[in-house]
Amino acid sequence: MTEPLLAVTDLKVSFGGVPAVRGADLEVLPGERVAVVGQSGSGKSTTAHAIIGLLPGSGRVTGGTIRWRGEDITHAGEKRLRHLRGREIGLVPQDPMSNLNPVSRVGRQVAETLVVHGMCGRREAPKRAIELLGQAGLPEPGRRARQFPHEFSGGMRQRALIAIGLACRPDLLIADEPTSALDVTVQRQILDQLDALTRELGTALLLVTHDLGLAAERADRVVVMSEGEVVEAGSARRVLTEPRHSYTRRLVAAAPSLSVSRSPGPSGNHRAARVGENVLEVSHVSKEYRIRGRGGLLRAVDDVSFTIGRGRTTAIVGESGSGKTTTARMVLGLVSATSGAIRLDGEEVVGLRGARLRAARKAMQPVFQDPYASLDPMWTVERLIGEPLRTFGIGDRAARRAKVAELLEQVALPALLAQRYPNELSGGQRQRVAIARALALGPRLVVCDEAVSALDVLVQDQILKLLTSLQEELGLSYLFISHDLAVVRSLAHDVLVMREGRVVEQGPVADVFASPGDPYTRQLLDSIPGATVFSGHS
Amino acid sequence: MLRYLFHRLWQSALTLVLASIVVFIGVRALPGDPATTMAGEQADPATIAAIRAQLGLDQPLPVQYLKFAGNALTGDFGRSIRTGTPVSQMIAQTLPVTVQLAVYAMIIAILAGMAGGVIAAVFRGRWPEWAANGFSLVALSVPTFWLGTLAVLYLSVQLGWFPASGYVSPFQNPLRGIYYLTLPALILGLAHAAVVQRQTRASMVETLTADFVRTARAKGLGRSAVIFRFGLRNSLIVVTTIVGLQLGGLIAGAVVTERIFSLPGIGKLTLDSVFTRDYPVIQAVVLVITTSYIVINLLVDFLYTVIDPRMRVSGRAR
Amino acid sequence: MTAIVETPPLARVRGRALRKLWRNPMGVVGGALVLIVVAAGVLAPVLAPYSPTEVHFSTPFQQPGTIGFALGTDDLGRDILSRVLYGTRASLQVGALSVLVASIVGVPLGLLAGYWRWLDSLISRLAELMLAFPFLVLAVGLAAINGGGLANAAFALGIAQVPVMLRVVRAETLRLKETDFVLAAHSMHAGPWRILGQHILPNAVSVIIVQATVIMPTAVIGEALLSFLGLGIQPPAPSLGIMLSDAQQYLFRTAWPATFPGIALALICLGFNLFGDALRDALDPKTGS
Repeated sequence: MTEPLLAVTDLKVSFGGVPAVRGADLEVLPGERVAVVGQSGSGKSTTAHAIIGLLPGSGRVTGGTIRWRGEDITHAGEKRLRHLRGREIGLVPQDPMSNLNPVSRVGRQVAETLVVHGMCGRREAPKRAIELLGQAGLPEPGRRARQFPHEFSGGMRQRALIAIGLACRPDLLIADEPTSALDVTVQRQILDQLDALTRELGTALLLVTHDLGLAAERADRVVVMSEGEVVEAGSARRVLTEPRHSYTRRLVAAAPSLSVSRSPGPSGNHRAARVGENVLEVSHVSKEYRIRGRGGLLRAVDDVSFTIGRGRTTAIVGESGSGKTTTARMVLGLVSATSGAIRLDGEEVVGLRGARLRAARKAMQPVFQDPYASLDPMWTVERLIGEPLRTFGIGDRAARRAKVAELLEQVALPALLAQRYPNELSGGQRQRVAIARALALGPRLVVCDEAVSALDVLVQDQILKLLTSLQEELGLSYLFISHDLAVVRSLAHDVLVMREGRVVEQGPVADVFASPGDPYTRQLLDSIPGATVFSGHS
Repeated sequence: MLRYLFHRLWQSALTLVLASIVVFIGVRALPGDPATTMAGEQADPATIAAIRAQLGLDQPLPVQYLKFAGNALTGDFGRSIRTGTPVSQMIAQTLPVTVQLAVYAMIIAILAGMAGGVIAAVFRGRWPEWAANGFSLVALSVPTFWLGTLAVLYLSVQLGWFPASGYVSPFQNPLRGIYYLTLPALILGLAHAAVVQRQTRASMVETLTADFVRTARAKGLGRSAVIFRFGLRNSLIVVTTIVGLQLGGLIAGAVVTERIFSLPGIGKLTLDSVFTRDYPVIQAVVLVITTSYIVINLLVDFLYTVIDPRMRVSGRAR
Repeated sequence: MTAIVETPPLARVRGRALRKLWRNPMGVVGGALVLIVVAAGVLAPVLAPYSPTEVHFSTPFQQPGTIGFALGTDDLGRDILSRVLYGTRASLQVGALSVLVASIVGVPLGLLAGYWRWLDSLISRLAELMLAFPFLVLAVGLAAINGGGLANAAFALGIAQVPVMLRVVRAETLRLKETDFVLAAHSMHAGPWRILGQHILPNAVSVIIVQATVIMPTAVIGEALLSFLGLGIQPPAPSLGIMLSDAQQYLFRTAWPATFPGIALALICLGFNLFGDALRDALDPKTGS
């Protein structure tokens, strides 16, 4: 048996006395690709940072060993670690936006790595950096190398970071959520590039990710972490198809991208399916923005039409810049449409003012992406949920209090949470509060703008189930904005695929997903991580 | 970027015009009539009227303002009521002293402040940070003029290390000039050093805990390389802003410092003219101070575009 | 699309900040100093053995520790302890008034400038114009028009701090305006005044308080400086700045009359600076956990 490149045994890491990793075991063989999967707080990133001795703040390794080619580097000195970092173990960090020095040229940042490790002289370094950027798939590397990070898109930055990580041809590359901040199609391209490069160089890969599907697709072996411990490890296919640990089983069941065989979307609810009873009709809506200084116009949304039936869900999917959020905000009346018509229950809402806008807003309420940001931190849960009632002057204090209690029950939150503040709640609880607030006025339409994107898979699954049951119970209609096709598939009846402000395809979810008519839709569907893993099964 | 620079230039010009109007109106709002003051207590109305006409005070305010602004542009601020010398000449004599003092103090503030800030950030949680933070707190809390008084008493009078007062132009005798200005500049620079230090520390700490610094370390860069290549560069941007903003405080400080050390600067001129109600001088001095403030902040903004590459394209940071 | 960390329920917003403040030794020392200084100022009429203006021509230049004059006397035989207590009172009055002026003018302007774009350029121009007049120039102007005095000094110092307060509140408003909870309030049909008053202002209170603790020592030193130059509080009214200015004249004879007012000033400022720093740390969600 070959000697492992990296062997982590019973690793324990604490932050100022609070344990973050409580005994992690992990092995990477030369040239092998291993994925560490876990939700936020599982200790997966901390483990990765402990390996290269870059724990943030008060983080300390309190137990266990880390061996690199048999050498114990758990408490290696700074000099040894410096040689290790970049030269033998490369790192591709998570967020491309914050991981490049904003005041230094990209080419220079790549060249720096080479010079530090004496891979080449100061003279040749810039030339070599351009080659490396080219290999990482950056177009026009010569010109781009002279630019600053803020002139790059997210995908381009991540390519630059890959070039940095692989510059010295390390034996192991640690990729810490390398694509979770990127659009799905870009994500796929970056991962393909990373795959190809590491295979070519024979570099082993330690992929840290929250996405089980992505892990299964990209790695030979998968290590599942939960609450600082490794709960399961094994070949990617085995872990996915026959998960042994109950946590892994729940994770597999909840992952939307893997749930091909799960109930085919929200089919139930027949009283909703009556044709002609549309809650929302959007026809030929466009939104133009003036680009400051250049006198140009930007069409953020271009001629979009769709309807939402009573008790049904229409989803808009697209990547960043597709115009999906702008469309949602036009429906909510937060952004005014440049042209077109939006009718709520047959009444035009574009350009409404005063009392009639008020009435329209009562009938539709939003749930936003980030439950941390969408709740005023200074207000109690009771005041937050009661706010729409107060702005609309509904009921007296006692009546409002009763209504809030009723709403809390509806979203399955205990009544005693009413006096808490948002930062005392978990992410899932906060999103439930946001949903309760949206329901306070008894709306017919709820606009969910990436309402589950910020949540961990298990919590996401719970919230999606809550949304589905509320729909059946109250006959609600949803406009569901998402970048995640897997989530859309499990929730929506109809779907619009948007790209650069235009609708490229629309229709019933089953049709669009089964036989996409547009090449872009197909590309999006192919980009769902993990989609290929089960293709043989279904 | 050029667009941005022109925009800033235009804004500054506008502010300058507004400031001159404020100064003009402000001086007109002062109690007492310059013509009466000039003519003396017992002058008859005819003489006063004649002086009024001579000064142009009988004309409508907008005309008076245009005349004032036009004269100011050519450097003509009239004559001092007290001494009769041209105000421009008085300013030409005193301004260099103040500028030398302020520049010297700012150099001390930047050097000492940045050094302290770097030390505090690098030795976080250890005694050098506590020492540096303690220094900045004390320097911020102790009034400059009190410190100046004590310094004159102990360092100059009792120990004789520094001259207690007086001014020698550094252009005539560089060594002596710098020697005479050192204690005043130290005293004046101290509080500003504390401000520079706090900002440097804050920005260094922010940079050194940033994601891109961790990435740089993951490349194999050493700690010191990261501190100097990343931390200092980024904190320079912050310090540049501070220098511009601190200028107001520096001028106020210069007035007191000049008084304590009996330096013949613009601060002394300001105080003398206020206590004697020498309006043309007050007007000119205030205009000179505000103009220099506006011009320096404009320069600081231009300097930004050199230091911060993000500014070069967008013209706006964030 | 960054995953959100599931945090265990933490203590309440204000409660947590207070506890962080209490655990910080700087905060405790600063808070204690502030309390002592404020008590000394408020209780000056009770604590002071003499009137601050009462002269004792028979006993000038007494050393500290003299019976009857704990901190000694000045050239006119006035009790330095009484004058320091009353001077502290005046300093705090000027400081509090300046904070009030800066807040009353700066906070609403900052809210308006941050919330409405079209007002922003106008208000920002105004702020820039005000910044171009250092407080000393303002004070000089006011002193020339109205003569010196406590109210004038406080007004000049407060007005000089308006641009700083305005800038801080404006930046906070700009940030809060873009948050999802304000967007949510819009879709609940909350009007601009409701949003400003109920969402933005309460969330901006912490930066306003922190800024107030910065303005306070600045204004206290500013008052002393103005009085030192003869542009602030007018003799014989007691002021720490006037005491220092008087003491400078006979500095070579005795340094004591210059020592105590200086120490009093330093303690006032140190207290507010320490307390303000600790408060800023406590309210900053990034520090500690």
